Amino acid sequence: MRRKSRNARKGLDGLVKALSSLAALTGIVFLVWIICEVLIRGAQAFNWSFFTALPAPPGTERGGVAGAILGTVGIIALASVIGIPVGIFGGTYLSEFGGNRFGGVVRFAGNVMMGVPSIVIGLFAYGVIVLTLGHFSGYAGAVALAIIMLPVIARTTEDMLALVPNALRESALALGSPRWKATAAILFRAAKSGLITGVLLAVARVSGETAPLLFTALNSPFWPRDLNQPTANLTVTIFNYAMSPYQDWQRIAWGASLLIMAAVLALNVFTRVVLRERKR
Amino acid sequence: MKMRRKKRYRSTDVLFQYWSAFCALVIILVMAGILAELAVNSRLSLREFGFGFLVSRDWNPVTRQFGALSSIYGTLVSTAIAMLIAVPLSLVIALFLVELAPPALSKPVGFAIELLAAIPSIIFGMWGLFVLAPVMAEHVQPALKTAFGFLPLFQGPPTGIGMLTAGVILSLMILPFISAVMRDVFAMVPPVVKESAHGLGATTWEVTRKVTIRYGAQGLLGASFLGLGRAIGETMAVTFVIGNDHRISASLFAPANSIASTLANEFSEASEPLYLSALIELGLVLFIITLLIQAAARLWLRRLEKGAGVK
Repeated sequence: MRRKSRNARKGLDGLVKALSSLAALTGIVFLVWIICEVLIRGAQAFNWSFFTALPAPPGTERGGVAGAILGTVGIIALASVIGIPVGIFGGTYLSEFGGNRFGGVVRFAGNVMMGVPSIVIGLFAYGVIVLTLGHFSGYAGAVALAIIMLPVIARTTEDMLALVPNALRESALALGSPRWKATAAILFRAAKSGLITGVLLAVARVSGETAPLLFTALNSPFWPRDLNQPTANLTVTIFNYAMSPYQDWQRIAWGASLLIMAAVLALNVFTRVVLRERKR
Repeated sequence: MKMRRKKRYRSTDVLFQYWSAFCALVIILVMAGILAELAVNSRLSLREFGFGFLVSRDWNPVTRQFGALSSIYGTLVSTAIAMLIAVPLSLVIALFLVELAPPALSKPVGFAIELLAAIPSIIFGMWGLFVLAPVMAEHVQPALKTAFGFLPLFQGPPTGIGMLTAGVILSLMILPFISAVMRDVFAMVPPVVKESAHGLGATTWEVTRKVTIRYGAQGLLGASFLGLGRAIGETMAVTFVIGNDHRISASLFAPANSIASTLANEFSEASEPLYLSALIELGLVLFIITLLIQAAARLWLRRLEKGAGVK
């Protein structure tokens, strides 16, 4: 009786262990499956015109996403210019001065904002900028992406600055340096790799965003001259082309997917491997 | 001289503090702004349909009848499928990472799972539409049909596009988030407690079930809530595979829609003010749902932290 029950227990234990190894394996299988599929199908779309041409009608083999690449880079650059400083300073406030009630409210709002669906943020940018200006524009897309970056950067900045030992703050202040100088020259430098990691991960996250651009930057078949008009971008191009019935457009969508995925994964691997290694 | 310098220091410091406080304030302003903006821009629809918007199944731009029920239903059902798959799977993955795998294996596996979280939603959509949907149509759905075909859930033509595929994709997308938090919860359990149980002769699974899971129960629930919040607002991946149909169907094989997919699909075609307003009201509903879930999850986790502090 006793022996049997022990065997049953060991059997159950073995079963769960096997199941959990299998589950972890499943996660990896799907990751590899997705990456391989995008690599193989995406690479088939790569040719000279893919990187240099504007979109072409289906049936012609000369279409490309050059305009969309430029547009995406422009939108993300502008989003970073808006989102990174505000996020860093907001996080600095939380870490350095945010022990009060206001800090608590900001922290709570930031946590909630991180969970707000990106499409809702797109709707917000549509209401605030597109309706005000009267037309779709890359600016609206950049603002939407900046809003997505903001709480992520503020949160990591706060966490990273909180890791800096208080002794550093106190020594800087004791030497007579003003607060802003102590923060900028000592704390930011001490937390440098952490701050860069946070910023790069936030940029990586918005690089793949599509939903907030659907009603803001929209899309365009032309070269992006300035961001004050509908702006071509990779992710909305993927969406439009993938949903089209034309095979050559779908192939271009795979090519664009590969570009986006490679950029996002490279940023992630870079921050995790290189920056983390350097920290040690 | 010295005095003046000190004064200048003080004023730049005050400026620095106000500026960073303003940047922090922006976060609150944006959150309040979203709520206000969505409410203002959906006023036409709010006035026209009132509370009935939430319970009406009509969605017909031609007759100008708009109701959110099918979108809300699709959002809830696809999220429920995702949670049913992702929560148990995340639990065992976290168990593997913390308890079973040697460190040499645990780190790269954990990293791979985290990378899954980094893959953009639109890539999941492409993969779901062109790779997973055919697999579902040819293998998974026919198998489910022969096994459970007597249930209305698994009837109808297995097209691969629909609620079930959307749920499966969603589960893959939230899996890394849930398992990462669950891993941290498991790692927080003091080794002494686990070792004592092992010392009494318990197997690894018994330690997990009777000690680790009980000890971290609240944290595990919080992790699931975070995953839930993500799944509910996920847009692109769902839009690609859910089929975008405003009918409510009992079958999981049938095409459906979700709040986010309706927005993504129809917003650019909506030329009429009432149509646009109804779509923005859908966004408002989604925002309020995620707000409630996030707030509940955060408050829950905060209570948990406070409880841990008391011990």
